[in-house]
Amino acid sequence: MTLAWLIAIPLGGAVLAWLAGGFAGPWPRLIALAALALDLALALSLCWNHPLSLALPGNDSWLMRLDLPWIPRFGISLLLAVDGLSLILVLLTLVLGLVSVAASWTEIRARVGFFHFNLLATLAGVIGVFLALDLFLFFFFWEVMLIPMYFLIGIWGHENRVYSTLKFFIFTQASGLLMLLSIVALALVHQRQSGVLSFSYFDLLGTSLAPDSALLLMLGFFLAFAVKLPMVPFHTWLPDAHTDAPSAGSVILAGVLLKSGAYGLLRFITPLFPEAAAQFTPVVMALAVIGILYGGLVAFAQSDFKRLVAYTSISHMGFVLLGVFAWNELALQGVVVQIIAHGLSTGALFIIAGALQERLHTRELARMGGGIWSLAPRLSAVGLFFALASLGLPGLANFIGEFLVLAGAYQTSAGVTAVAAAGLVVAAIYALWLVQQAFHGVAPQGLALADLDAREMTVLGVMIGLVVWLGVNPQPVLNLAAPALDGLQQLANI
Amino acid sequence: MIYDALWLVPLLPLIGFVCLTLLGGWLSRRAMAVLGVGSVALATALAFTIGYTFLTRPPATGHCTEVIGSWLAVGNLHVRFGLYLDALALVMMLVVTGVGLLIHLYSATFMAADSGYRRYFAYLNLFVASMLMLVLADNLLLLYLGWEMVGLCSYLLIGHDYADPVNGRAARKAFVVTRIGDAALLVGLLLLLAHWGTLQIQPLLGLAAQGWANGSALATVAAALLLTGAVGKSAQLPLQVWLPDAMAGPTPVSALIHAATMVTAGVYLIARLHTLFELAPAVQHAVAALGALTLLLASCSALLQRDIKRILAYSTISQIGYMFLALGVGAYAAALFHLMTHACFKAVLFLSAGVVINALDEEHDIYHMGGLGRQLPGTSLAFLTGAASLAALPLVSAGFYSKGLILAQTWNAPGMGVWLWTGGILGTLLTAIYIFRAFFVAFLGRPKSHARCGATAAEAVALVVLAALSVTAGFVEIPAGLGGGVQAFTGLVASALPPGPQPAHTGNLPALLELIASLTAVAGVLTAYYFFRYRPPAATAAGAHPITAAVGRLWQSGWGFDWAYERLFVRPLVMFTRANRHDAVDALFTGIAAGSRALHRGLSRTQTGRVRWYAAGIACGSFILIALMVLP
Repeated sequence: MTLAWLIAIPLGGAVLAWLAGGFAGPWPRLIALAALALDLALALSLCWNHPLSLALPGNDSWLMRLDLPWIPRFGISLLLAVDGLSLILVLLTLVLGLVSVAASWTEIRARVGFFHFNLLATLAGVIGVFLALDLFLFFFFWEVMLIPMYFLIGIWGHENRVYSTLKFFIFTQASGLLMLLSIVALALVHQRQSGVLSFSYFDLLGTSLAPDSALLLMLGFFLAFAVKLPMVPFHTWLPDAHTDAPSAGSVILAGVLLKSGAYGLLRFITPLFPEAAAQFTPVVMALAVIGILYGGLVAFAQSDFKRLVAYTSISHMGFVLLGVFAWNELALQGVVVQIIAHGLSTGALFIIAGALQERLHTRELARMGGGIWSLAPRLSAVGLFFALASLGLPGLANFIGEFLVLAGAYQTSAGVTAVAAAGLVVAAIYALWLVQQAFHGVAPQGLALADLDAREMTVLGVMIGLVVWLGVNPQPVLNLAAPALDGLQQLANI
Repeated sequence: MIYDALWLVPLLPLIGFVCLTLLGGWLSRRAMAVLGVGSVALATALAFTIGYTFLTRPPATGHCTEVIGSWLAVGNLHVRFGLYLDALALVMMLVVTGVGLLIHLYSATFMAADSGYRRYFAYLNLFVASMLMLVLADNLLLLYLGWEMVGLCSYLLIGHDYADPVNGRAARKAFVVTRIGDAALLVGLLLLLAHWGTLQIQPLLGLAAQGWANGSALATVAAALLLTGAVGKSAQLPLQVWLPDAMAGPTPVSALIHAATMVTAGVYLIARLHTLFELAPAVQHAVAALGALTLLLASCSALLQRDIKRILAYSTISQIGYMFLALGVGAYAAALFHLMTHACFKAVLFLSAGVVINALDEEHDIYHMGGLGRQLPGTSLAFLTGAASLAALPLVSAGFYSKGLILAQTWNAPGMGVWLWTGGILGTLLTAIYIFRAFFVAFLGRPKSHARCGATAAEAVALVVLAALSVTAGFVEIPAGLGGGVQAFTGLVASALPPGPQPAHTGNLPALLELIASLTAVAGVLTAYYFFRYRPPAATAAGAHPITAAVGRLWQSGWGFDWAYERLFVRPLVMFTRANRHDAVDALFTGIAAGSRALHRGLSRTQTGRVRWYAAGIACGSFILIALMVLP
């Protein structure tokens, strides 16, 4: 039942926070914090109770499983299961959830209760996505996380929020429908072969498909995940959504929602369609490298802080895509670390962008005028730190992810890897240009700017700590993920 | 055992960095200086204690390994925080801590008026820690960590005075240009990892030496990638363009990072991985050729600069060219020896230039100086000592012995030895001319400006020690040509590096070569004296001719590399990204949206509410349907 609680606690918290919105005081915020903290404790207890002895080869990589009937007529059940991979993603979701509640403490002043309802509902949906192993249930959560996010951007967003939120919705919805078609078709093929209608991941694994239909069904899944990730050329919803989202929305979007795309690629594509995926690999690896370079180059040209960071996300997600399709131990471990590292570093950059916007009422780098370092050294130093994390400085988390992805990808294709490594140069160009424009230079006359306060410093301090910790000691994460990744690779070998 | 404390050497400056960063707000300036200088002082004391032990009671195998912990382990890949100390690492460690300490001390008063005092010391401590990590790492990933971190510190310190966008631009240029090399280096690491399954340097070299045939394609590619990394970091052709601009940083930073230590990391890398380069003779020849070419081009450029720091910057590029030349002919010990003496004499040149610049209120132009010898006698003497050593004046300068060793071994190199040697000798002439030009113009003659203040006590200590070393550091290696036979340095590093090319001839040739090198250096000084002290109009006249003026402009601009790169890479990149600011891919989707909106408008226009039109539509539709059915 623990798994059901993991989803139910944020959902309950969401309802409570909405109700508490009617009372004076910071009750919705406190309820949200408490619900997420409780959930985090629960998720951590899973790490605790299932020590890494499970990492031994030959063991089932699943730490816990819950199977309740839901719509037995159609073979749909409430099938939840957790392995190291899902657990890491759930932990990341909860940490970033806490971060985004804290980060929007002063930013969000209107309809506070409903805001936190949406925030927690999205998080519950994301956790559901990471835990659901019934494909129908997976799709259900896929939609659950989408709609509250639509409201978060549409209600509390910035200038162009209606356009952005519609774009976000249409992109994800259209690709999601393709996935639904694939899911239903896959279940029907499986029924024809085995006589049992089931949407369970475990049943559908190993369904034999004709090469053409396998490719078609895989594409349905792939497009949904590729749009979410996002992969070039399906990325254009992201900069708009990020630019107009409130800080918390951006943190959740970059840190967690995109990761559901990465998770889907890892969990479903190669395990369900090994041959089709192998056939498709060269195309995807090429697109991944294009994404790394293109995202970085477009980021360099942006004048809006948040838009710039959004494009860097596209570049970083290119590494994730590259790693997933390189599909070996090094690359997959790299993907896991990159997912966490990107969630933390990009999330922090969005918080900094939000902090600047709250103080200066602009996101335009040109209008910030630079010189912020002399007025707000703490804010600038933290910004510098995360820009450096973003450009892949060794000793910080992102480097571990990128290095492992490249090392794994090298075994698949040396040429592609060499081109991808050029992304490191591009990253240096955009990251340092961001630092120059935002923080360096001379401050305009008469500009007053408050430095980070204790709340902001605590939030960012925790994120700095995590990024450094992962950069010098990634082993706990690697150990937690290893059996799950091993399991996935074995599935694909059948 | 004292070796167990090896990990404290990089850790102490790192602790200094962390304390300065976290506690900074509560510290007084004095406490910052004590913390910043003190952490490096402790590391230096420890390093020299370890060095003493290494010399008196060397480890049985010639090296020792200290493992602090594991970094990451995935599948077959195991990377640890491991330190490896052999004679090569020892020399680097002593240079980094020794010169590093003196420059920290110098900075304590030199930067006293700076508003970013804490930031400065924090970054400088981080630099020393990273540089030590780089030279002590026992695996390539940890080396790469140090490699990137020193690059970061270089960026941060060049842009230390962030108010001026020029400094920011120079800092970014330095980081991005070196990162091109770094990316190649990383790909090289991946190649080695993919083929040998490890990044531990010593096992890796052993495997490669056994597994790769001499001159095999993979070994060549690997060595070429590593060389690209080294070329970027050490500012050699064609990635040398960042170093002259890096002089935007504070002068002690130029001395420490952009002369004595970081820029020599490429030399260290090649020496450390020399086995790989020997497996790829084509690349090794390229190292020598690049070195020779770089040393000549850079010394030509140094001749024409007016900014004293830019003279020294081109000089650094050129001197590292000598080191690459030595590495390319297999004279590793000679390269390392020159690295050591260069660290001393270039540091003293920069630090005395710093005192001058400070005394003249940020005046960099040597033609606005003049007559400093009388105003700042001590500083001038320090500069003269450094200049003599850089010019390799015979017998009384450290540079004479180290550069002499390089030239002697280059001559002995099989193949292109004589040509490379000629390049080196020509470089010696140019070096003596450009540095004594600076000396004669800036320090002798009529004073053109008033020196505000001299060196403080802390600055003087650093200058005296480094000046003394610029004279004496060479005495550990007296060449056979001088009948010496003192081989303390090459003897020490022989346990880590193979001996250089051995002379094919005996007899008087070594002595003759020494004599030619000595006379060339003296001739250079005399030439400089003639043109810049005795008859300055002669220099003006020589530069006035249209052809010499054009050549002068070319040299002065660093051979037009910046000009070409600006047009070949920077502007196209900026133009492309500017043009694509709104992301052309999005046009595809906005196009779909616009298309469906147009369709929507078109169709909604048919909803006119007029029955006549609807009837006509129905009639037309029926007609077409019937026609379709009737027609076969």
